[in-house]
Amino acid sequence: MSARATRRTAITGIGVVAPNGTDTETYWKSVREGLFVLDRITREGCGHLPLRVAGEVRGFDPSALIEETFLVQTDRFSHFAMAAAGAALKDAGLSDAAADSPYSVGVVTAAGSGGGEFGQRELQRLWGQGSRFVGPYQSIAWFYAASTGQISIRGGFKGPCGVVASDEAGGLDAVAHAARTVGRGTDVVVAGAAEAPLAPYSMVCQLGYPELSTAEDPARAYRPFTSAACGFVPAEGGAVLVVEDADRARGRGAEVRAVVAGHAATFTGASQWDRSREGLAHAIRGALDEAGCAPEEIDVVFADAMGVPEADRAEALALADALGPHGGRVPVTAPKTGIGRSYCGAPVLDVAAAVLAMEQGQIPPTPNVFDVCHDIDLVTSQARPAELRTALVLSRGLMGSNAALVLRRGH
Amino acid sequence: MTRRVAVTGIGVVAPGGIGISAFWDLLSSGRTATRGITLFDPEGLRSRIAAECDFDPFAHGLDAAQAERADRYIQFALVAAAEAVADCGIDFGAENPWRVAVSLGSAVGGTTRLEHDYVLVSERGQRWDVDHRAAEPQLHRAFSPSTLASDVAERFGAQGPVQTVSTGCTSGLDAVGYGFHTIEEGHADICIAGASDSPISPITMACFDAIRATSPDNDDPEHASRPFDAHRNGFVMGEGAAVLVLEELEHARARGAHVYCEIGGYATFGNAYHMTGLTSEGLEMAKAIDTALGQARLDPTRIDYVNAHGSGTRQNDRHETAAVKRSLGAHAYDTPMSSIKSMVGHSLGAIGAIEVVACVLAMAHQVVPPTANYETPDPECDLDYVPRTARPRKLDHVLSVGSGFGGFQSAVLLTGRGGRKR
Repeated sequence: MSARATRRTAITGIGVVAPNGTDTETYWKSVREGLFVLDRITREGCGHLPLRVAGEVRGFDPSALIEETFLVQTDRFSHFAMAAAGAALKDAGLSDAAADSPYSVGVVTAAGSGGGEFGQRELQRLWGQGSRFVGPYQSIAWFYAASTGQISIRGGFKGPCGVVASDEAGGLDAVAHAARTVGRGTDVVVAGAAEAPLAPYSMVCQLGYPELSTAEDPARAYRPFTSAACGFVPAEGGAVLVVEDADRARGRGAEVRAVVAGHAATFTGASQWDRSREGLAHAIRGALDEAGCAPEEIDVVFADAMGVPEADRAEALALADALGPHGGRVPVTAPKTGIGRSYCGAPVLDVAAAVLAMEQGQIPPTPNVFDVCHDIDLVTSQARPAELRTALVLSRGLMGSNAALVLRRGH
Repeated sequence: MTRRVAVTGIGVVAPGGIGISAFWDLLSSGRTATRGITLFDPEGLRSRIAAECDFDPFAHGLDAAQAERADRYIQFALVAAAEAVADCGIDFGAENPWRVAVSLGSAVGGTTRLEHDYVLVSERGQRWDVDHRAAEPQLHRAFSPSTLASDVAERFGAQGPVQTVSTGCTSGLDAVGYGFHTIEEGHADICIAGASDSPISPITMACFDAIRATSPDNDDPEHASRPFDAHRNGFVMGEGAAVLVLEELEHARARGAHVYCEIGGYATFGNAYHMTGLTSEGLEMAKAIDTALGQARLDPTRIDYVNAHGSGTRQNDRHETAAVKRSLGAHAYDTPMSSIKSMVGHSLGAIGAIEVVACVLAMAHQVVPPTANYETPDPECDLDYVPRTARPRKLDHVLSVGSGFGGFQSAVLLTGRGGRKR
């Protein structure tokens, strides 16, 4: 179907900054063990808001990872993205990737909330003190392109650089965008998303989402696929991947950790969860088609798991629609119930978990979810050992996007 | 099999008049639409001028519910998209909705609404622990940048890939480029592509004040935007939207559609240099131009017109002149290169799409729009900038280029008669 999809695209590096771990090793350990870290929000100025529970990234020290010149001109969301990108490049053995051919390395990030904390601080200066008090970095810290630009500058990457400013599904679109950029001839693309939506004003902005969970008790706040589902919990963090031409990766002796085999995206309207059944099923079929993958080949599904009853039902039915009888048998998991949904960052974290799950032969559990009320085999309580060759990652966004990504295990 | 991508519909909301007809009248006349800011009280700002749209949502086809629900930049996009959709003649209700994509760009998205509500919840910047009870019910829609593409997709029934692109001031070019790739690579047959921004608000004006990027010529707003002129002193903020209907060429031919031109190539690179700074060499923009021409297998000497980014900052115009000379060689001196920002200002993420529509119109009319206000040559900018007066010219191959904060350098190639060779 894709005219130019002749190059195979590999994932060769993973970098993570998540509520349950600020490096990949800790993240995977937490995910595998089903660690549950949702908690009351502790960030300054948020205590009075009717959004109580989130997945906060704690114990992250950007100054240990990022040079001061970059830190002062960026928001927390870019700190996460730069840290994750640095870790992913190191993991891929490409810390010096741009040295020989800067145009061969591109960057693409997805962004759904921008530099909210930085922006609120500058808005406060403007309206509280006057326009002369607005700092010189407001123009480059608040906007959605900040992370891509800073990752490009920090690494010296002059290849194609892009930004999809999206709802959650945009995280998968960014990975696909990277794979297609590699397909068109760029050797390496640093791709992913990280978000920091827990500044006071950013939280006020999210209160209007009808899907937002306003539960007071962390243990009850985000329980998709159960009769207790009452919305989703937002989170900070995300993941960045190194996406690379597979032949080039092998040529330089790098490990192909997974292959980005297929992707498709559809749209079925903001908050129209019944319609998302058809949209998600169509996206799954499209991604399988691009991957040349039969439904029965899917060994594990990383679910969107919105946590809204109609949305959960639509997702379970979409799996049955697109995968047939296999949809009821294939193991499904949603590690994000332990950490919350970091908007565009959430599905990229799932991609990272899917790659690690295939490598380790372990399907991580869905933390804090019991008594599943839909006809899917949701992995709960503890990790399940399994031979995993192919994974399907799903995501839906609050503004109506649906996306599916098929990953094959590296060999 | 290579899928080719045609432009079959265009729509625009720009300063100086809403709609394609008024837009082309302005561009071909060389008049400017820059003036003192009326959208808010700009007292205290260094730059108090802008190119504003005289836009009445009801006069342009939106109903009360749409106007209430949609922020100004989304209203612009809905109106521009409606014009483009009507122009292309596609019956969207009869198309396979899964094969219809949307790719829309915006640099700052809902910031005008975000700022408006921020003032309410913070008691005018007095408190960090903002009071949510003062916020408006639509605020979450301004917070999410994908509301732009989502609203347009919903309005026209698109169910294929729907993307909002936000690469700063190249967002418009990149949104058209992503739409081009989406069709070329087979993920859709039709794409509603373009961009919108309404950034004329205190915070956005103040943040460009802070880095002295905007013109302080408050006493003479009509002549403040002077791209390539030796006395240029910054850009003039603008607002607006433009939308193109992109369509797989055989799909367009099968329904006997009018094809304005084809997208011949698109490329973008990062300069990996500085978030706001540009070198005087223009290497990365030249690379984008070379790559776009290479996709169409077009010799640089075949370029008939370059629609410049031409923001009117000292560094941009020098950078861009160097880039075009690097790519076109001696032919650069024989190629007219103009900046419509002299007339409609710089509407950040929207302008790239507005400029692509200007190029489509230039080819349709075989007329190069001028650079208004250009009087005094700058030794560092020594190309033919089409001073003040539109110029008839045979236009088969046209380039539109742009630079954005974040280091983005993008180029879109449009090909007219004969199409591209491959």
